[in-house]
Amino acid sequence: MKHDLAELTAIASRIRGKVVQMSNSSGAAHLASSLSCVDILVAAYWETLEIDPARPDDPGRDRLLFSKGHAAAALYATLAYRGFCPLELLDRYAQAGSCLPEHPSSSCVPGVEIASGSLGHGLSLGLGMALARKAVPASRIQGRDYRVFVVMSDGECNEGSVWEAALMAPAQKVGNLCAIIDYNKWQATGRSNEVMALAPLRDKWEAFGWSAVEVDGHDIAALVEALGRVPDALGRPVAIVAHTVKGKGVSFMEDDNNWHYRIPTADETHRALAELGLA
Amino acid sequence: MRNAFVAELVALASEGEPVVLLSGDIGNRLFDEYKSRFSGQFYNCGVAEANMMSVAAGMAFCGLRPITYTIAPFTTTRCLEQIRVDVCYHNLPVIIAGVGAGLGYAANGPTHQSCEDIALLRALPNMTVICPADPCEVRLALRAAMHHDGPVYLRLGKKGEPSVHPEPPDFAIGKAIVIRPGSDVCLLATGTILPVVLSAADVLAEAGIAAQVVSYHTVKPLDEPTLAGVFSRFALVATVEEHSRIGGLGGSVAEWLADRAPQRGRLQRFGTGDYFLHEAGGQDYARERFGLTAPAIAEAVQALFASIRRELKP
Repeated sequence: MKHDLAELTAIASRIRGKVVQMSNSSGAAHLASSLSCVDILVAAYWETLEIDPARPDDPGRDRLLFSKGHAAAALYATLAYRGFCPLELLDRYAQAGSCLPEHPSSSCVPGVEIASGSLGHGLSLGLGMALARKAVPASRIQGRDYRVFVVMSDGECNEGSVWEAALMAPAQKVGNLCAIIDYNKWQATGRSNEVMALAPLRDKWEAFGWSAVEVDGHDIAALVEALGRVPDALGRPVAIVAHTVKGKGVSFMEDDNNWHYRIPTADETHRALAELGLA
Repeated sequence: MRNAFVAELVALASEGEPVVLLSGDIGNRLFDEYKSRFSGQFYNCGVAEANMMSVAAGMAFCGLRPITYTIAPFTTTRCLEQIRVDVCYHNLPVIIAGVGAGLGYAANGPTHQSCEDIALLRALPNMTVICPADPCEVRLALRAAMHHDGPVYLRLGKKGEPSVHPEPPDFAIGKAIVIRPGSDVCLLATGTILPVVLSAADVLAEAGIAAQVVSYHTVKPLDEPTLAGVFSRFALVATVEEHSRIGGLGGSVAEWLADRAPQRGRLQRFGTGDYFLHEAGGQDYARERFGLTAPAIAEAVQALFASIRRELKP
């Protein structure tokens, strides 16, 4: 690993604290969905992605498509801590006229690859980007053989378009494509596996022809190892089913789906920051 | 039309354009030459149009010029969400080619007919909507779309459409083409109905009415100078399209009129009705059911023109 694990854990805590503050100050929802994917983002942005915050449009960069757009606060905070934009910009999150809407718009800040918010788009977009590399002679698209990572929610896997992409990607042998599912077991109004029969989720991806693994989505070292499987030696797309806890990092939010929509009070924000070792 | 489309596609790829054709599992044998010469620039995306549209957007993000190709309703209304969010919101240069649009696949029933596509796609920000009238316009429109920096919907016919242009005309997106001059009424046609409209003009000529006929190939953006010209010059301007009277060319022109001071010209709209055809029958039958034949158009134009004349000269 490029970084010390303790350092990465500390970064994840800072991002979580920032996300809680952003929800408190803006009144924007989806806090728990943001908290569940933070370790995935830290593993990707600090260890895996070949990226340079100074050159966010480098054609050869690895791409991370943040398909669960409702957790935008986590993406914005990650990009800010990774150096893509100033941290002070986060104070403008969801404020009228700011460049940080509650769901990311296209190129709203450097490092945001796609607009998202409507679920089920990112994997197909990522497939198109992954395919583009081999579509025409290499001279057409400059740069190295980039990889494309798509961060999705488990609720998002309700969308039929996800499974259309899941069918096509192995047929095209796009070994440079990776789907990461933030499997926090909740969707907006219910347990994901009660709403739709997602389980066994890893087996589904494998049955579709993907190289599929399950990891603890809060174990940064394990995530880094899983992300390192891309590109797949056999040319298969890679699916990482990351088991996570919705609201991770704040005891009174963990696995409580009220925090899909609830906004933390000032006191709750203070308690959350204390738990994260930030107050 | 589809042969003209493929011929121009091969020409563009030969010139080095970074074009990629995405097929929704259609075009059996049609793309053989293209596929053999440009194998890395063809993908059969299967019967999964939502994914196909987003894949096209992803490719366009990376500098390619993707074209999605399948029967019109499947590459428009079937995946409208993907067109709106992935293609239009990002303002990406994706060409959406809908084959057999309007009543081209009438015999296959309303599932394959496409009489609402213009209305739905032109409402999307950043979208351009072009309905070529003949094979020549298909080639010109595809070339123009390839060099346009944004989404384009190419609303194509199927095969065997008659040629209207003896020579390739000057073609630009948003600039209508006068096919036949006239002094009494003006007929604006969009898409494959143009030959029918030319026949209607012949019928009107026999009745002593000189009809100007225009290939109004681009429905969005509207050619406003042409509209301003014909509505000030003619007492009657008719729109004709193989599309619903709701939201197509006629609807667009009606909106344009509503935003202006009263014009000299009166608008008459010809298009498909607000109902599905439940019975069997091909394109000719369907056109007849919707009053989109030369005699029916000529008769209605003649009747309205006579009544306007009576109003003008009491």
